[in-house]
Amino acid sequence: MSVVLWVLLIVIAVIVLTLILLYNRLVVLRNRIKNAWSQIDVQLKRRYDLIPNLIETVKAYAKHEKSVFENVSKARSALMNAKSLAEKAKANDQLTSALKSLFAVAEAYPTLRASENFMQLQEELSGTESKIAYSRQFYNDTVMMFNNAILKFPNNIFAGIFGFKEQEFFKTEEKEKEPVKVKFD
Amino acid sequence: MIYEEITKNKIKSALLILLFVAIVVALGFFFSYAFSFGIPGLILAIFIALVISLIGYYSGDKIALSMSSAKPADKKNYAYYHNAVEGLAIAAGIPKPELYIIPSKAINAFATGRDPKHSSIAVTEGALEKLSRTELEGVLAHEISHIKNYDIRIMMLTGVLIGIVVIISDFILRSWLWRGNDERKGNLGLILLIIGIALAILSPIIANLINLAVSRRREYLADASGALLTRYPKGLADALRKIKKDTYEIKTSSATAHLFISNPFKGKSISHLFSTHPPIEERIRRLDAM
Repeated sequence: MSVVLWVLLIVIAVIVLTLILLYNRLVVLRNRIKNAWSQIDVQLKRRYDLIPNLIETVKAYAKHEKSVFENVSKARSALMNAKSLAEKAKANDQLTSALKSLFAVAEAYPTLRASENFMQLQEELSGTESKIAYSRQFYNDTVMMFNNAILKFPNNIFAGIFGFKEQEFFKTEEKEKEPVKVKFD
Repeated sequence: MIYEEITKNKIKSALLILLFVAIVVALGFFFSYAFSFGIPGLILAIFIALVISLIGYYSGDKIALSMSSAKPADKKNYAYYHNAVEGLAIAAGIPKPELYIIPSKAINAFATGRDPKHSSIAVTEGALEKLSRTELEGVLAHEISHIKNYDIRIMMLTGVLIGIVVIISDFILRSWLWRGNDERKGNLGLILLIIGIALAILSPIIANLINLAVSRRREYLADASGALLTRYPKGLADALRKIKKDTYEIKTSSATAHLFISNPFKGKSISHLFSTHPPIEERIRRLDAM
């Protein structure tokens, strides 16, 4: 065989190998996004499950605050019915602000604030809320890594051929914590 | 960046185990030669080295935890502690570590284990009492970063394996020094002398190894990646300020001192080998600059 043929074969082999590696890396990153998404879902579900208990507890002390309970219940079912990422993000924001006003109302009832059950629920809910924020942070970081990987040249050409699409961020209306400028040296 | 760090830490850990086995086998070789134990003695030394390495790798974390008398933190009484760690673990993309409490008034914390799947965090009661939530979260994020970067593996192995080599060499040196003059002249005395000299040469190397494991870079990196998790460098900076003012010490072994977020002996009685914590002022300065 001639030398030219050999060189050609080697070049083709290298290209094929690179493409296989690229494909596998993108699959890993895409699975990571799925996993990150399920983390958010777990926390959203957790908060969803805590709410009826919270409403019952607050009701026992503050019967008259009907509109607040209604707002929370409405936001809760809106979150359950939300399908797309954007819908879920929006419903989640609404629920967060409804819960905020519920806790603001609770401030006016000292016996409620002092009850052990309420304190536990408050701790659980604020813990879940920060976990939602952290899982969103992880999700968005993961999405950014994936998007960077498929948008870079020459990856973008093959990512299109392989059918990898740019993924959506989980956006929120809450004031996002500013990313810190970190220097690794 | 972090991925390179992880690979580096894994390689260093493997090298540390190899070096440990080599040192113990070399000692075994000298002893077998001195007492004419022959091949069985050598095999015994290899066996001991391997067993200790396995114990160090698989239960070094439990040893470190019990040396600081850490107790498991239950979810009911330490709800905030659990919630904070769970959130940070989610943000870092690692499983939730096991949580422990150290009964001490000092403000301190450490993480240990062999990988993110088998990891633990321990904090003092003092830290839970005196630190605000954002400060505690800053400290916990630092520990979570140690776990994610596989710092915990090399730090744990350093504590256990180097600790054992130090004990053995101490023992040999003493047993030689305490011998009478007549005994020292014998064949055995000569060999122990050689081992003693060899270990004297070894100890600076060992000290350097500890520096490798406890490098300042590693602490700064954990501070920085912790700040990336909480997006709030001020939390850890404030915690470090409180730690600086705090005067309590923790009862623990010097072999585990390097695991803690800040020097548990407050720099008073620390042995020279382990004084490798970066200065708190510099860490605060870097965090404030982020």
